[in-house]
Amino acid sequence: MLRIPCPHCGPRDEAEFSYRGDATVTRPGPEDGIEAFHGYLYERRNPRGWQVEWWQHGAGCRAFLKVLRHTVTHEIRAVATATEALEVPEA
Amino acid sequence: MSQPHRLAAGGHVDRTRRVSFTFDGRRYEGHPGDTLASALLANGVRLVGRSFKYHRPRGIFSAGVEEPNALVELRDGARREPNTRATVVELFDGLAATSQNRRGSLAFDWMAVNGLLAPWLGAGFYYKTFMWPAAYWERVYEPLIRKAAGLGRASGLPDPDRYEAAHAHCDVLVVGAGAAGLAAARAAGATGARVILAEQDALPGGDLLNEPGLEPWRTEALAALAAMPEVTIMPRTTVFGFYDQGVLGAVERVADHLPEPPPHTPRQRSWTIRAREVVLATGAHERLIAFPGNDRPGVMLAGAARSYARRFGVRAGENVALFATHDGAYDAAFALAEAGARIAAIIDPRPDSPAMQRAREAGFAVRAGSVVSATVGGTALRGIELRAAGGSGRGDAVAADLLMISGGWNPAVHLASMSGAALAWDEGLQAFVPGPPAQRERSAGACRGVHGIGAAAADGAAAGRAAAIAAGFAAAPDIALPDAPAPDHRPHPLWEVRGRGKAFVDIQDDVTADDIRLAHREGFSHIEHAKRYTTHAMGTDQGKTGGIVGAAVLAEARGEPLAKVGLPRFRPYTSPIAWGAMAGEGVGAHFQPTRRTSLHAVHEAAGAVWMDAGIWKRPAYYPKREDADAWASVLREARAVRERVGICDVSTLGKIAVEGPDAAIFLDRVYANTFSTLPVGRARYGLMLREDGIVFDDGTTSRIGPDRFFVTTTTAQAGPVMQHLEFHLASVWPELDVSLASITDQWAGIAIAGPKAREVIAGVVSGLDLSNEAFPFMAVADCMAAGVPARLFRISFSGELAYEIAMPAGYAAHVWQAAMAAGAPHGIEPYGMEALGLLRIEKGHVAGSELNGQTTAQDLGLGRMLKKKGDFIGRVLAQRPGLTDPSRPRLVGLRSLDPRRQIRAGCHLLLPGGDGSSQGWITSATQSVVDPGWIGLGLLRDGEARIGSEMLAANPLMGEEVPVKVISPHMHDPENLRVRA
Ligand SMILES: [Zn+2]
Repeated sequence: MLRIPCPHCGPRDEAEFSYRGDATVTRPGPEDGIEAFHGYLYERRNPRGWQVEWWQHGAGCRAFLKVLRHTVTHEIRAVATATEALEVPEA
Repeated sequence: MSQPHRLAAGGHVDRTRRVSFTFDGRRYEGHPGDTLASALLANGVRLVGRSFKYHRPRGIFSAGVEEPNALVELRDGARREPNTRATVVELFDGLAATSQNRRGSLAFDWMAVNGLLAPWLGAGFYYKTFMWPAAYWERVYEPLIRKAAGLGRASGLPDPDRYEAAHAHCDVLVVGAGAAGLAAARAAGATGARVILAEQDALPGGDLLNEPGLEPWRTEALAALAAMPEVTIMPRTTVFGFYDQGVLGAVERVADHLPEPPPHTPRQRSWTIRAREVVLATGAHERLIAFPGNDRPGVMLAGAARSYARRFGVRAGENVALFATHDGAYDAAFALAEAGARIAAIIDPRPDSPAMQRAREAGFAVRAGSVVSATVGGTALRGIELRAAGGSGRGDAVAADLLMISGGWNPAVHLASMSGAALAWDEGLQAFVPGPPAQRERSAGACRGVHGIGAAAADGAAAGRAAAIAAGFAAAPDIALPDAPAPDHRPHPLWEVRGRGKAFVDIQDDVTADDIRLAHREGFSHIEHAKRYTTHAMGTDQGKTGGIVGAAVLAEARGEPLAKVGLPRFRPYTSPIAWGAMAGEGVGAHFQPTRRTSLHAVHEAAGAVWMDAGIWKRPAYYPKREDADAWASVLREARAVRERVGICDVSTLGKIAVEGPDAAIFLDRVYANTFSTLPVGRARYGLMLREDGIVFDDGTTSRIGPDRFFVTTTTAQAGPVMQHLEFHLASVWPELDVSLASITDQWAGIAIAGPKAREVIAGVVSGLDLSNEAFPFMAVADCMAAGVPARLFRISFSGELAYEIAMPAGYAAHVWQAAMAAGAPHGIEPYGMEALGLLRIEKGHVAGSELNGQTTAQDLGLGRMLKKKGDFIGRVLAQRPGLTDPSRPRLVGLRSLDPRRQIRAGCHLLLPGGDGSSQGWITSATQSVVDPGWIGLGLLRDGEARIGSEMLAANPLMGEEVPVKVISPHMHDPENLRVRA
């Protein structure tokens, strides 16, 4: 039962959101080939620590948000809109 | 004589009132304030159950949630509840309890023969023995194990009670209302903070309930808390889990202490509590000592015997021995002596201690430097054997009917551990205590090893004050604390006394110290492996009394310190929780929402038989009196469409408005085929792939204007497709100027299909030239339908000349009725999902059974739809060799050679005379109306090449093998002449 601060709607319960995975992967260009798309679709860092990930506020504004979450403590340190940059901290 | 072991006075029971109850059919009496366990003990009932594996006789072992033995079935009929702990069941008038896990009578259990087989029933026995042959699992082993083992029986009937889910928020949550918790709540409450004080017991007080001298402080504290408007005391509330971000789960047993819940009252309420700060004051559980026969009825935790005497006014034994390793346990002997029992012996491995001296002064026989090496008796304790600590063999025998034991105390660190805090080893207490907090949590009192009421209260007050300040409140004046010096609770580290016979480390699961050593010898030396191999600490008590004892035995076997071996990870739930409380209100019709289309009442009036399509209710068919059976209705409806005209509610299809200057570019990228070339006023069938190249969804998309598209999805994928579009627009192509809106609920849809469809539409729609030239197949236009604004599509799922009218949902019933009136001269009939499915199978249109998340466009014969130029989702990965392999199963049509022999979806397709290996399967099957008999669609290896050949449709579950012919999937009007008519 995380609470996620939506930049549009304010702090909301996790139940209003759905998870969509690692937000640091970028879709390859049309000419990049099977290997590149395979990496985009399947290969994940799976970090023990901070991760920027997609969450959709489906029961709210429906925006896809970038959420900086710690995969061990589930602490949520920052939330950004889809087009904003969100850096992964070193530690 | 009633209640022979009840004291004349003292405790928290109301002797002025009597409560009648039964146990195994015999009637007894107790008092309000009793638990079932205390009332049984007051009546001299000591044998309450049989053990899990060996069917050994078992008695009441504790006085609380940690109880391993006294599990009973409570109530009967639909309210029968297995595995309730008699030590926490509040007595009520008419309570009926039954002992569990026995065959025959409790006193003579024939399954106790398992005890004689014990050498072969050690740890891992089931794993080792019931392995081979595999087929025996289902037929022989599992029923045998289920019969022999297991605990109580569930009622098997629907739960008649109601449960609630509720949320609460507070500045400070205090878990546990013992001395530490009461002081914490007072100190926090005094600052003005919003405080919730949750206590699993009906009576707040914890160990204070065993201290008559401190009763004034307890009552004063409760009165002070009751006077604070921001403080909520929640008795009978078990906090079972500590989750992320300060969220804790709890269950409040609202009505379990009553025969049944009063009207309009839930039985239990599950709470989600969000707390700024948490004070854990969960106390400690007393620890058993492993020695042979430590499970015999009459062996009881020392603190429990003390609690029965002081809180419940019950003498749990007449001739009592105490086996303890620390001074904290000695008060039990004094309590029992005050209660009138004879103290037969105090056995302590230590040479001397202040408590031992006081015991000697009181005239008790103290056996310093001794241990209990065996118990004597049958279904009740008659005596114990002693020997010198560190010695071996047999020593003295002492007669006793109650042996009180204490190997120290286990801080109840469960919630702290779940919050993420590491556990730290306390050498003095020989126990694990919470390490530095991982969340905004602090432990206070015995749950962090601070023993004694005075010290715990001071610790709790400090924690409560600090929590309130951390939550942003200003410090308040100190509260008055009880003055109660405590004995030393640091134990001599004695975990096990070895000898002949079973020494249990987990009494509930029948796990012995030998089992732990066996696990280690067989390589299961990690604490988590040893736990699973032996089932140690896996029962309803979760090893609260003996978990650490098993860990200590393992540590000794490994030759490593216990601090290094550690405990198995604590997980929710700290105590057993009723499933009903987890479900809350989400049962029956409230399990999930029911979606009804805006035409629901129309279908109901037409006598529709309903079926579930996802969470939607859709008509399956509309039976008529003359229909012999359901198939007759379905075939009649389908025939109406093929021969005349039918009408169908298609409102459940997903509808998405895609608008903006870049809408066409966006659709080109999310669909495998092209939409930018679609003229305004036309619709096109679209195929959407997942990025992995598998077909995601299909549907028609119409161009309403240069920048305006109307996308439809399948019913099942309406939500996922919307999410998919939103995700790609937001994250992959944010530069595209497109907006998306789900309009599924706003627009209703009615399909009118059949050779007479144009005539019916002409009677409903105005403002359009409906001629084939002006409004051809795949035309789209805004219009008026029965006087309301609507949109007309000439699209067909059935394979007939067909239209769909879309209109604002509120007008749907009006338009439907107008269409029925216009269609009456043409013999219009409503058709349901079954006829819809029949028609699309005849036509060879794919649906959910074919778009199953495993099929590619090529598999479905739609490979040519994939555009050659330009990027789209799924384009690259659809080219992977595994997905383009020509031998993949391809969509085919199938026809049963004997028209009377049914083929079923799910049948495997075999080669006649082949080796029985599956060549494919039937995805959809139906009876046909255009060519009567059974037909289907299937996915068949080398499908195209096999058209014209014969296969067997095999259903081994029903023993069926039906010869079928492989045909084209387009069984009806393959040239599409009818849809273009
Ligand atoms: Zn939002």
